[in-house]
Amino acid sequence: MAEALQELRFRGGGFAPGRKRWAALVFFVLLIGLWQMAGTRGWVSPLFLPSPAAIASALYAEAIQGNLWTHLVASLQRVALGWLVGTLAGLALGLAMGLFTLARSVGVPLVSAFFPIPKIALLPLFILWFGIGEASKLVTIGMGVFFPTVVAAYSGVDAVPRNLVRMAQSFGVPYYAIIWKIVLPGAMATIVAGFRITVSMALILVVAAEMIGAEYGLGAFIISAGHLMMTDRLLGGVVCLSILGLLAGVAITLLERRLLHWR
Amino acid sequence: MQVIAEGISHVYGPLPVLEGVDLRVREGEVLAVIGPSGCGKSTLLSILGGLLRPTEGRVLLQGKAPDGCLNPLTFVFQDFALLPWRSVAGNVALVLEHHRLSPREREARVQEALARTGLEDFAAALPKQLSGGMRQRVGIARALAVQPAVLLLDEPLSALDAQTRELLMEDFEALWMREKTTAVYVTHNLSEALRLADRVAVFSRRPGRLKEVVEIPIARGKRANPQAQAELVALHERLWGLIRLEAQSAVSELEDG
Ligand SMILES: Nc1ncnc2c1ncn2[C@@H]1O[C@H](COP(=O)(O)OP(=O)(O)OP(=O)(O)O)[C@@H](O)[C@H]1O
Ligand SMILES: [Mg+2]
Repeated sequence: MAEALQELRFRGGGFAPGRKRWAALVFFVLLIGLWQMAGTRGWVSPLFLPSPAAIASALYAEAIQGNLWTHLVASLQRVALGWLVGTLAGLALGLAMGLFTLARSVGVPLVSAFFPIPKIALLPLFILWFGIGEASKLVTIGMGVFFPTVVAAYSGVDAVPRNLVRMAQSFGVPYYAIIWKIVLPGAMATIVAGFRITVSMALILVVAAEMIGAEYGLGAFIISAGHLMMTDRLLGGVVCLSILGLLAGVAITLLERRLLHWR
Repeated sequence: MQVIAEGISHVYGPLPVLEGVDLRVREGEVLAVIGPSGCGKSTLLSILGGLLRPTEGRVLLQGKAPDGCLNPLTFVFQDFALLPWRSVAGNVALVLEHHRLSPREREARVQEALARTGLEDFAAALPKQLSGGMRQRVGIARALAVQPAVLLLDEPLSALDAQTRELLMEDFEALWMREKTTAVYVTHNLSEALRLADRVAVFSRRPGRLKEVVEIPIARGKRANPQAQAELVALHERLWGLIRLEAQSAVSELEDG
């Protein structure tokens, strides 16, 4: 007599989260709708949490008649310049540490000692050194960007497979060509991943520095709105920062697609 | 061009790996190097190719590299060593870029190397799009593009599955039938050695010493003939006899240690 047939039970699913764009969109629309409702229904005081519409209209007013653009441009300039200088210097030291014994011997303890210092703590010192103007802010941002870039660059170089370097040597490829054609492209993934960290670091530091002493800049905008209890303007500034961070993230993603298309 | 190893010994820290190796790679021959795992075959090849300085002894070259040779001692690596960000053609071109070649000649060398390895249709592909066998073909194409005097192959087929290995072995056979490129072919596969080599250098277990060099007195083109089989079987027995004890004690050493 034949045994009863039983269908095999499937047990291989799950553990593979995907992404659905509509889910994110629906969630955000719901969240903002709820927030707006909380405002219009008077569940929360508009002074403590202004509604999205109030924030938007405050932002709009600032944009057409206020100084929003001046603040924005001031912050952007500081971030761009500070980030660029910190990144270039960090890449130079980081690559040197990845390649040369002397640079590594000196660099590793240096980085370990300075990396953990919250750079904003050094701003008062930089103000004494460089004055309250642009220089002290740029140095603070540059320092904040510098150390993570150093770490990304030299660990990126360390992660370049040595067999590729040896291959190139075995074909007589010259030293500088090995750096340019093998070490740099091989380290690029780690370096660009470091950009994500350093860009957000630069945004944090610019706001902090501007809160301490600046006429223009999103940090100054936010702190003065806070002093005047204009929470709609305050949150408007925060929204601008969030948009800046998002745009920077998109730019880095585009850069990654371009530089790392082979992955 | 001949490569002569004179009294090569090597230690990694406290670990002696090679001891007193004297070896001459003759012009135009394929010299297989076999020996138990860890006996220093790769180390020896790196020394022969100038990538590693031996603790003792020296490597001499005799004779001129042929015209058009850009890199006399040229490696083919077990792990292919391809740049993942360069296309197949780009990987081959890499080793030509620092030579004074006209763009036309460079392109011609790349094309010829790709044609000889059956990669014409994959010139624009990235390594990750290729199978293991195709990747090693790129490694071979790159080596051929510099028209080497001596090929140094470190287990070029051992990362591949059996069928791909067979196909590439046929490619190597064809290559060495067409032209007599001198080669040192490291393997731990006896049948690879018996198919491809003119001579087989047998090494002892670590620290590797040259035990014996066995000639294979059958032309490469005739090894598939029925008449040759008895002799090949006898050679196989002899080589296996030479490495069997070594391999055994190497294994039990690992188990003890
Ligand atoms: N860079 C290194 N530093 C220290 N020890 C090493 C190094 N390279 C190899 N060794 C050791 O030296 C010994 C010989 O290594 P080698 O790679 O030359 O052997 P092999 O004969 O090629 O082995 P296999 O058949 O496994 O490829 C091994 O025990 C290995 O662990
Ligand atoms: Mg080896």
